[in-house]
Amino acid sequence: MTALLEVKNLQVRVEEREILHGLTLTVNPGEVHAIMGPNGSGKSTLSHVIAGKAGYEVTGGEVLYKGEDLLEMAPNERAAKGVFLAFQYPVEIPGVATMNFLHTALNAQRKARGEKEILTPDFLKKVREVAKSLNIPQDMLKRGVNVGFSGGEKKRNEILQMALFEPALCILDEMDSGLDIDALRVAADGVNALRSKDRAMVVITHYQRLLNYIVPDVVHVMSKGRVVKSGGKELALELEKSGYAQFDDAA
Amino acid sequence: MNVALAKTDMKTDTSRALSEAFANVRERLPGTGSVAEVRQRALESFEQQGLPHRRVEDWKYTDLRTSMREVLPLAAAPDEAAASRAASILKSTAVKGARQLVLVDGVYAPQLSNLGKLEKGLAIRTLRDALETGGEAVRDQLLSSKQSTDPMVSLNTAMMTDGVVIEVSEGAELAQPIQIIHIASGAVPAAMFTRSLLRVGNKAKVTLIESFVAADGAKSYQAHDALVVSVGSHARLDHVRLMEDARDAFNVSTAFVTVGAHSHFNTFNLTAGGQLSRYQAFIKFAGEHARVETNGVNLLNGTQHGDTTLFLDHAVPNGASREVFRAVLDDRGHSVFQGRIIVRPDAQKTDAKMMTRALLLSDEAEADNKPELEIFADDVTCGHGATTGALDQSLLFYLRARGLPEKEAQALLIEAFVGEAIESIVDDNLRDIAVGAARRWLAARG
Ligand SMILES: Nc1ncnc2c1ncn2[C@@H]1O[C@H](COP(=O)(O)OP(=O)(O)OP(=O)(O)O)[C@@H](O)[C@H]1O
Ligand SMILES: [Mg+2]
Repeated sequence: MTALLEVKNLQVRVEEREILHGLTLTVNPGEVHAIMGPNGSGKSTLSHVIAGKAGYEVTGGEVLYKGEDLLEMAPNERAAKGVFLAFQYPVEIPGVATMNFLHTALNAQRKARGEKEILTPDFLKKVREVAKSLNIPQDMLKRGVNVGFSGGEKKRNEILQMALFEPALCILDEMDSGLDIDALRVAADGVNALRSKDRAMVVITHYQRLLNYIVPDVVHVMSKGRVVKSGGKELALELEKSGYAQFDDAA
Repeated sequence: MNVALAKTDMKTDTSRALSEAFANVRERLPGTGSVAEVRQRALESFEQQGLPHRRVEDWKYTDLRTSMREVLPLAAAPDEAAASRAASILKSTAVKGARQLVLVDGVYAPQLSNLGKLEKGLAIRTLRDALETGGEAVRDQLLSSKQSTDPMVSLNTAMMTDGVVIEVSEGAELAQPIQIIHIASGAVPAAMFTRSLLRVGNKAKVTLIESFVAADGAKSYQAHDALVVSVGSHARLDHVRLMEDARDAFNVSTAFVTVGAHSHFNTFNLTAGGQLSRYQAFIKFAGEHARVETNGVNLLNGTQHGDTTLFLDHAVPNGASREVFRAVLDDRGHSVFQGRIIVRPDAQKTDAKMMTRALLLSDEAEADNKPELEIFADDVTCGHGATTGALDQSLLFYLRARGLPEKEAQALLIEAFVGEAIESIVDDNLRDIAVGAARRWLAARG
């Protein structure tokens, strides 16, 4: 079986400073991986490099997606092939209506895959269904993308997009930050509904609580730009008790 | 360079050629007697000044002395072939439901226009007709531009050949928009000089669309246009102007607008065509409590130069004006925005605001912004702002991470950016027309 995502000995620099110092991670279809680690350990950096954000210099290692060199692909190409990042800090895009954005994005992905465009009525139906399941009010979709959304609303909008685009690899960068308890449960249900044998999730979080809802197969601890420990879901509980200090030497 | 040299230098070959062009055609131009006199004086005024150049403050960024290299012959009246070329572009330019008044190569084309079933209170005739047989009031208004010292206005006064004269009488609320379409049929490079008049009577309501286009394959041409507008008291005028001339065209157009008491004038200009263009609008508050919104967009790429110059004259108290202008520039496109607001000593309680933003898509693009506030009254609210920037990379990345290719992601952000000016268009139909024009530009970008 080809892994869905293979990160091998990845070294990344940002503005002349090395942030990832040889990170290795393998994610197979059907798996849910959690990544935990202290602030500044490089979790978002990893997610950005996978999504294709500019400004990161890969100085070593490789990232394979379904066996293909991901780093060679444009960000939109990655999205069309099924890579999705739910951003830690989703941006606001004034003047671009959410509905128009979702429709344009979905059709761009379909077009890139050689699929037929989705017609407006089918699209509207689909968005309404997904929005309803995530408790997202319709009027939010009428506004500019994330404009004036609360922190939690922005996160829900990310999950909405994930549900709509049905990607194969979902990277969730702190989707739980800013969500209230009820919203967290709804969002987690949304994520769980997407779990399937062909799809994998990488859940970046600081809190073990999220992992009660989205139960991971593997938990990784990141520290100073490396994965320093991996284990089962009980590793998250252990971290909750003892913190990250124990990994300082290892890193 | 000494003074004497500078003086002899005043007249360029182009400006001399324009004087000759006038001499050649003056006999064919409509209007005799006082009209011919006004033409003669206008030409003299033009000759004295010559083509505007960068040392003329109002034309600082658009130096015609260096950029207007040649004078094209006055366009011939369109023949059968020209009319049929014009007819094919007319199809895609005509706004559905509007009354089309078409000028082909600067001459009114009755076979392409619609003068049928005029609504009550609406009268339309050609400029030629108005200058030759029109009453004094209309003629005076058509020639009111003689107060202007702008050389290109003078040239237009001297040379104006045809156009339309639209009169809407008191209280007439026209349901059907009027669309004036300027088509360059363009088999041979030529110049056209047009002038139109719109009189909106008191309490009347009018929607006006102006379109500038060229038939397929039109050769380089020069369009000189003027539009004289009076908006009566309690009247309303919604106006959209779309300049989508051929890429190698030259277009200098002037609008003179006076707005009466309690009137509302909502106007939008889009410049996407032409190699070298200037749209100058002089808007004067003649009655109190009038409201004017002037919005505009310049969309330029290649080596296009587009100049939008607005002059708002708050001559009476209690006027309100808003200017929202956006420029999007790619390649070596050059946009000029000059916004001058004058608040005269009596014009207390004036509320005037102007905001202009330019978006540069390339390092070689250029935007010049020159806002000017001249305030002679003390109890006023006035403000202006100007910014220039590039597309926000973090927004672009977000869109691309959702699957949009680079150009499509840019297009979405550009449309949002120009939407800030377009959204000020009050009339839904006109707003859609403006959005359509912006999308045409984006689509042509690829
Ligand atoms: N554009 C940048 N310029 C300079 N330093 C950067 C940049 N982006 C990230 N860094 C640095 O890289 C390191 C890793 O940042 P990253 O955002 O990946 O951490 P993180 O693990 O996601 O942290 P958090 O848990 O707080 O979200 C930090 O020290 C950060 O300051
Ligand atoms: Mg982070």
